[in-house]
Amino acid sequence: MIELLRFDFMQRALIAALLVGLAAPAIGTFMVQRRLALLGDGIGHVALTGVALGFLTDTAPVLTAVVVSVAGAVAIELVRERGRTGGDVALALLFYGGIAGGVLLISLAPGRGNSTLMSYLFGSISSVTVEDVWVIAVLAAAVLGVVLFFGRELYVLCQDEEVAKASGLPVRFLSLLIAVTAALTVVIAMRVVGLLLVSALMVVPVATSQQFTRSFRSTMLLSMLFGMAATLGGLTSSFYVKVPPGAIIVIVALGGFVLALGLGRFVRRSRPQESIP
Amino acid sequence: MNGGQVTLDRRPVLRGIDLTIEPGEAVAVLGANGSGKSTLIRALLGLRPLSGGTTLLYGTPPARFREWRRIGYVPQRLSVGGGVPTTIREVVASGRIARQRRFRPTGAADRRATDRALEAVGMAHRAADPVQALSGGQQQRVLIARALAGEPDTFVMDEPTAGVDHESRQLLADTLGRLIGQGRTVLLVAHELGPLEPLITRAVVLRDGCVCHDGPPPHAVGTHALPGHDHVHPHADETPLSPLDWRPTS
Repeated sequence: MIELLRFDFMQRALIAALLVGLAAPAIGTFMVQRRLALLGDGIGHVALTGVALGFLTDTAPVLTAVVVSVAGAVAIELVRERGRTGGDVALALLFYGGIAGGVLLISLAPGRGNSTLMSYLFGSISSVTVEDVWVIAVLAAAVLGVVLFFGRELYVLCQDEEVAKASGLPVRFLSLLIAVTAALTVVIAMRVVGLLLVSALMVVPVATSQQFTRSFRSTMLLSMLFGMAATLGGLTSSFYVKVPPGAIIVIVALGGFVLALGLGRFVRRSRPQESIP
Repeated sequence: MNGGQVTLDRRPVLRGIDLTIEPGEAVAVLGANGSGKSTLIRALLGLRPLSGGTTLLYGTPPARFREWRRIGYVPQRLSVGGGVPTTIREVVASGRIARQRRFRPTGAADRRATDRALEAVGMAHRAADPVQALSGGQQQRVLIARALAGEPDTFVMDEPTAGVDHESRQLLADTLGRLIGQGRTVLLVAHELGPLEPLITRAVVLRDGCVCHDGPPPHAVGTHALPGHDHVHPHADETPLSPLDWRPTS
């Protein structure tokens, strides 16, 4: 582990991984509670078009990805709010459009081959630049800031939208806030886990920590811990076995979930029985 | 509400309702399943858009209403959403949201109000348990505690007695009795009143999206007094009061 830190690219990747592991489950807890677990996937697909636009126009792909994925997230949220019927079809159209547009534009960009595409789809540790680390740090701070300052209101919204409305909360603003925060998280995570696996980091650590916890707050905190453990563990292994980090991070996270399923049952059984009058 | 109309999927659910709740009243909305009771109180609060007519909360349209802290809404059931565990205390404490400022942490007053609300419904000893482990009646008590924690003037409750065990129902009646004694306004939807009956000062009976009775609670007689009887027939001998008549506005 120590010798890894001698490589500059590895230091950058590890910082990025830590921030991703921290931020993704934090907003992910709200998304799971709101039954939006797949929102991250949708935004990930759309973000690919953003990355491709960056290549084509020679601007930093991280920045174009932020712009396009935030726009995509807002569009998804508006579609979701609008309709019961046809909503999921509209979302699906957006997902396909995102991937197709991304692949198309990347192929058009000069000098970008399949390896670049792969590195965005499934992550790559050698590609994290100093600039990326800064952008990731700022975005992660923004995501955690949102969770910290709006957490109380988001909790009510994710619990019951009508109660949120009847409490005078700005429901539409908060819904958009969740979508935009998810979009920022996707961009943070894209370098490390890749766009196609981003959503796993928002969902799997939450599912894992649910096995042990009783409160919303502890679920969120524990999932952040699990998230960091998965990204660090996966990234370190990917240095040795030369596989895309995204794949191995997600496998580590899923392995943790399976372990937790068994352990959680054991923990609950050894707890004093809840009194049910 | 004035001439309130609501259409769901192009099917009229409320067809011109005129209803004013005065401060301090304890009003029960009665009616059969599908008569539009829940829709009525949602529409009153602006949670359901009206397809005709207007509704005012303390004289203000819902879109411009700012004093939501004065209203405590108790939904029909506790929604568990995506199933993230959450404790009873977290749910009850979230009832303070309309009184809290953004960027300001939860204060001692919030914690005291939460404690009082938990005590009032007899759930203080279970505050750290996840709500997912509760029975229907206990979840209902948690929902009412959440509204209590916000210390509103008006309670709007959607079927607080549905699917609730006898003990919880009695506790609910006691709690409501205290609130009414303090001069709070209560508007509730019910299928049958049960132990709440002596507390109710006015009953509004809905039928097919219209008010068919508005006045003192109809006393159950004969077969109507049997438990589980739905009080849905129009009271032909009591002429409906004029402003609360069925009056389509368009």
